[in-house]
Amino acid sequence: MTAGSIARFLGRRVAHSAVVLLGVMVVVFALVQLVPGDPVRIALGTRYTQEAYDALRAASGLDRPLLEQFLSYVGNALTGDLGVSFRTGEAVAGTLLERLPATVSLALVGVVIALVVALPAGIWSGLHEGRVSDAVVRVVSQAGVSVPDFWLGMLLITVVASGLGWLPSSGYVPIAEDPVQWARRVALPALTVGLVAAAIMTRYVRTAVLEVSHAGYVRTARSKGLPASVVTGRHVVRNALIPILTITGIQLATILGGVIVVEVVFAWPGLGRLTYDAVAARDYPLIQGAVLLMAVMFLLVNLVVDALYSVVDPRIRLS
Amino acid sequence: MTQVDPTAGSAAGSAVGPGAGSALFAATVGLAGNAPPRAGAWRLFRDNPVSVAAALVLLVVLVVGLVGRWVAPYGINAVDVANALQPPSGAHWFGTDDLGRDVFSRVLVATQVSLRVAFVSVAFALVVGVGVGVVAGYRGGWLDTVLMRVVDVMFAFPVLLLALAIIAVLGPGTTTTILAIGIVYTPIFARVARASALSVRVEPFVQVSQTMGTPSGYILRRHVLPGVSGPVIVQTSLSVAFAILSEAALSFLGLGVQPPEPSWGRMLFDAQGFLGLAWWMSVFPGLAIFVSVLAFNLIGDGIRDVLDPRQRTLLQARRSTRVPGRRRAARTGGAA
Repeated sequence: MTAGSIARFLGRRVAHSAVVLLGVMVVVFALVQLVPGDPVRIALGTRYTQEAYDALRAASGLDRPLLEQFLSYVGNALTGDLGVSFRTGEAVAGTLLERLPATVSLALVGVVIALVVALPAGIWSGLHEGRVSDAVVRVVSQAGVSVPDFWLGMLLITVVASGLGWLPSSGYVPIAEDPVQWARRVALPALTVGLVAAAIMTRYVRTAVLEVSHAGYVRTARSKGLPASVVTGRHVVRNALIPILTITGIQLATILGGVIVVEVVFAWPGLGRLTYDAVAARDYPLIQGAVLLMAVMFLLVNLVVDALYSVVDPRIRLS
Repeated sequence: MTQVDPTAGSAAGSAVGPGAGSALFAATVGLAGNAPPRAGAWRLFRDNPVSVAAALVLLVVLVVGLVGRWVAPYGINAVDVANALQPPSGAHWFGTDDLGRDVFSRVLVATQVSLRVAFVSVAFALVVGVGVGVVAGYRGGWLDTVLMRVVDVMFAFPVLLLALAIIAVLGPGTTTTILAIGIVYTPIFARVARASALSVRVEPFVQVSQTMGTPSGYILRRHVLPGVSGPVIVQTSLSVAFAILSEAALSFLGLGVQPPEPSWGRMLFDAQGFLGLAWWMSVFPGLAIFVSVLAFNLIGDGIRDVLDPRQRTLLQARRSTRVPGRRRAARTGGAA
């Protein structure tokens, strides 16, 4: 019965995501259609030959009817063909895959940092509601939510890289090549995204712990004489982990799609930096590909979180 | 007999749905439909020292935004290369940038630019989003389904990415930035307003109004919009905070506000090459962003606390039980 209800819930969620994905593709496809003027001409700049123009236009399929263009765009995208970059002439999908590891590694380290900070801070704060330590955590986390991430990055560069000279301010080394150099270079950008995410997550962890600690079963556990550590560990924290799982997933998705500015600050060669360069160069197929990939990652992470959620908490799939 | 929508009982909860990012807004949406007894809300807000402090800071920021251009000691584009990259001093409180321009004057003037972008874009999001949300929630049916699927699609894009994509289409500049930020924050308002509208719709007084044949337009104006206003006010304050951050990010990328107009984000863009050389070029504009965003966030939280019925009772209980021992007993779940 439970397996069946999980499957039904997941089926609904996958169907919903598929509908949203189709909508996402409409938006991404429309990007190029909405460009005022001729995107091919904009991409080529002022000096180009008629042959170059015709070739690029034909290669990008912009000379065909709209519906045909859209259907072939969807068909190609589903088979992994995202077109060809206006600027480099290389396959967009290949370029995106090249940049993906840098962004994913940055996002994962960032989320780990966020969890390391937010879990203890949020749980402590929630268990000590109204005390001074709780107030301190709340003020610091509220401040953290209000800090522009790229400014925090600039401050870290100013202090840690330029001032103290402890870590490099930019550059990227793949982890497989040299793990130590990778770690030294990922530290500052990951700290930047991680601390901002930690501020947001602390608030959610605190709320989750607070809500659970006011629940009837926690009161029962206390009144039947269980030690505080057992009540906290077995009843409060364990149940609070369910909403914490969600916010962790959302933060991971947010970082994956939101590291654009931080990647620019640290010259981190990930998807964000690529998207920025593509926007600056008006390389529309590359912009489309990057936007589509990030939106798909966003959808996938949310889907996985919902799936985990439904396994952990039966109330979700029944509602 | 009036027909009661069976799903509407849990409107506030189900309207959030399992979709992307929804948990972030659940807190706001949770207020939905409790067209609150507002009397006393202002007193509760006033009694919260954090909210009052934030309101005062915000007042200062707004005044600077209004008069900054006239009180700035130097012209924003008064280039003085002989005094380039000077640290903060009596003559230049926030130092000078690489062209010898006074950072303090530029921060003052940028306040107006950054706030204008944030206010106009949020106003756009509010009008469009609330309109869409109220219509979707009140009318229901296929229109609701279609509108909410569109909102779902927009939520699938990370905020900054969608704004970048819009700028990629329309080209950089202040107007495009306003439009991009406005579009990006529209779906949040749509969701918040829809959730409230859904729950107001099933209130007995609305049902009675409908059976009496009151025109929909009147019901929307008289009953639904006031019920929506609480959560929307909270969302507006929080959205202005996010809009300031978004404008700063876009201008930092060189795609938002363009020179010669200064914005805080644009100043940080200019400071990038001088991080080790002139810390003041990045610290002061960043502080301006931070303080303004913090003020809007705190005020949003403060309003939410006094409008949320659950928080209200808590606050009121705290006010009435000033005896420390009793408060602790209440907190640990003991009989107070």
